[in-house]
Amino acid sequence: MSDRLTGLIIIVVALAFFAGATQLEAPFFADPLGPKAFPMMIASVALIAGMVMVIRPDEPPQWPALATIARLGLATVILVFYAYSLKPFGFLLSTAVAAASLSYQINPHAIRSILTGIGLSVGLFFIFKFALGLSLFAFPRGFLG
Amino acid sequence: MLELMANLELGFSVALSPSTLMLAMIGCVLGTIIGALPGLGPSNGVAILIPLSFSLGLDATAALVLMTAVYYGAMYGGRISSILLNIPGDEPAMMTTLDGYPMAKQGRAGDALVLSGVASFVGALLSTLGLMLLAPILAKIAFLFGPAEYFALYLLAFCTLGGIGSNNQAKAVVAVCLGLGIAMVGVDSSTGLTRFTGGNLHLFDGIDFLVAIVGLFAVSEVFIFIESHGRDSSIGVKLEKITIPIKQIVDTRWTMLRSSAIGFVAGVLPGAGASLGSFLAYMAEKSIAKDKTSFGTGEPRGVAAPEAGNNAAAGGALVPMLTLGVPGSGTTAVLLALLMTLNITPGPLLFTERPEVVWGLIASLLIANVVLLILNVPLVKIFSRVLQVPAAILLPGVTMISFVGIYSLSGSYFDLLLMIGFGALGYFLRKMSIPTVPVILGILLGGNMEVSLRRAMILSDGDWSYLFSSTIAICLWLAAFAGFIAPLFLRRFLSVSIAQEKQDK
Repeated sequence: MSDRLTGLIIIVVALAFFAGATQLEAPFFADPLGPKAFPMMIASVALIAGMVMVIRPDEPPQWPALATIARLGLATVILVFYAYSLKPFGFLLSTAVAAASLSYQINPHAIRSILTGIGLSVGLFFIFKFALGLSLFAFPRGFLG
Repeated sequence: MLELMANLELGFSVALSPSTLMLAMIGCVLGTIIGALPGLGPSNGVAILIPLSFSLGLDATAALVLMTAVYYGAMYGGRISSILLNIPGDEPAMMTTLDGYPMAKQGRAGDALVLSGVASFVGALLSTLGLMLLAPILAKIAFLFGPAEYFALYLLAFCTLGGIGSNNQAKAVVAVCLGLGIAMVGVDSSTGLTRFTGGNLHLFDGIDFLVAIVGLFAVSEVFIFIESHGRDSSIGVKLEKITIPIKQIVDTRWTMLRSSAIGFVAGVLPGAGASLGSFLAYMAEKSIAKDKTSFGTGEPRGVAAPEAGNNAAAGGALVPMLTLGVPGSGTTAVLLALLMTLNITPGPLLFTERPEVVWGLIASLLIANVVLLILNVPLVKIFSRVLQVPAAILLPGVTMISFVGIYSLSGSYFDLLLMIGFGALGYFLRKMSIPTVPVILGILLGGNMEVSLRRAMILSDGDWSYLFSSTIAICLWLAAFAGFIAPLFLRRFLSVSIAQEKQDK
């Protein structure tokens, strides 16, 4: 079932990609092949492969339980927050929070996770800042000057 | 021969400069640690370090030396977790678990580690010598390659990768198309037209392959670990004192030589890589052995063969990468990304225009090998300690390093989000057993593949038969066809034997 569904998604994406390629307007001075042909070839090959997946699916993979999927979703949210928090909150705070919560996702042990977060954030900050010379803001700007 | 000597002299004059030597050493230590950490292999290890090596401001030779030392080191280190934990650090080290772990359980962990270390050394050394001899010849042949030949060559790489590297051709093709499709995003270099950007300004320059690589290889690993929830954390075998099993090393000398040769050839084939090298080496040793039943129960030859094989393949995979710009494995694809970001175009011209890069690299590999032998035989006990780093510390660390690395490249939130997206995509692909290496290769080579096809059409004024107009091109097309089709017939045989190996264990 998983293979069939994935195959269908691939067919849809390939068709969309093909349609996108036909919309490209090649300038009249372009080379004989132009900018459309190669993307259209890729889309056609992908279309065939997607059909094969629909017709001859493999054994479905073992999908995780709903609770695990929720944890994976949460981890993604943490990562997105981390990406946005790096600049406004500074490296130390955002890394400690993100690392601690990720660590908790892998091994739910609160104290160890918090220690991991703090340790990683401070340790990596020193490596990045002083060994590699990256310009990182340790603290939110405006805080501590 | 004289030319080779002169080239080597040039190489060593580069490699023996204190700073380069230092970088090679650092690379070896880092690589061994990365290889030994369960869940971190050569390709994701090298991937997360590339952005950081840019921020160090290294020149091309230095960056390449550092990263290939990490690469070789990770190939050595991969065996440590295979033997002690029965968890391969990466795919090529999988075959080492078959006999390495049983040896460790019988209290011969030290023997297995030393023997596999020596086998790694033999394999890596011989393949570096092979690289030295074969690469210049292949570079000369590569001068005959026009756009039609290059197009066929890229096709060959994708076909063999899809044929051999995956259990389901359709899924490998999907992966290749996904990569090629991603490579099409951005401004078309020959007409200046923007393609598939959806009007998003961030996408006009295309998708940075480093973002894709770090996302697909490193971030997806975090998702996999969260799912497994430390389920894989088995209790390892304790490592007692280490002696050098001289008798076993002498007994397996022919095994090591044969496996090195097999591994090197497997590595040179574009798209085949180290996993195939170690697998073929193990199967070959088993099939010529008189007492086949001892394999899988802690047979020294079963430890020496895959280790010599995969390290030889690692060197072999550098041959097509340097001379043709076509990587033979996931890790060499990552190294190709490094070269491209450093503005070095691999190919025949590299050998004539930048000999100091090529020969400096080769000389550093020879030095790195000796360093790695020292690190991996007498000091192996220290490195086996890193196995005790729990996943709950390691994986967040890897994530943070990935974020800072990508952020330091461009300073853009968009790239970080894209990386997370690739991480989620990588998790999904891996669950669906769609291989991720062809995706990377597609992103890396897609642009060049299209350019060579369009150039061929310009030269022939739109005549498609031009693609089959030279002997080299026809041979490449036939090889591509065979590489894609042959595994369909061989698979039944191979999958039966892999299943048997697993059962025998």
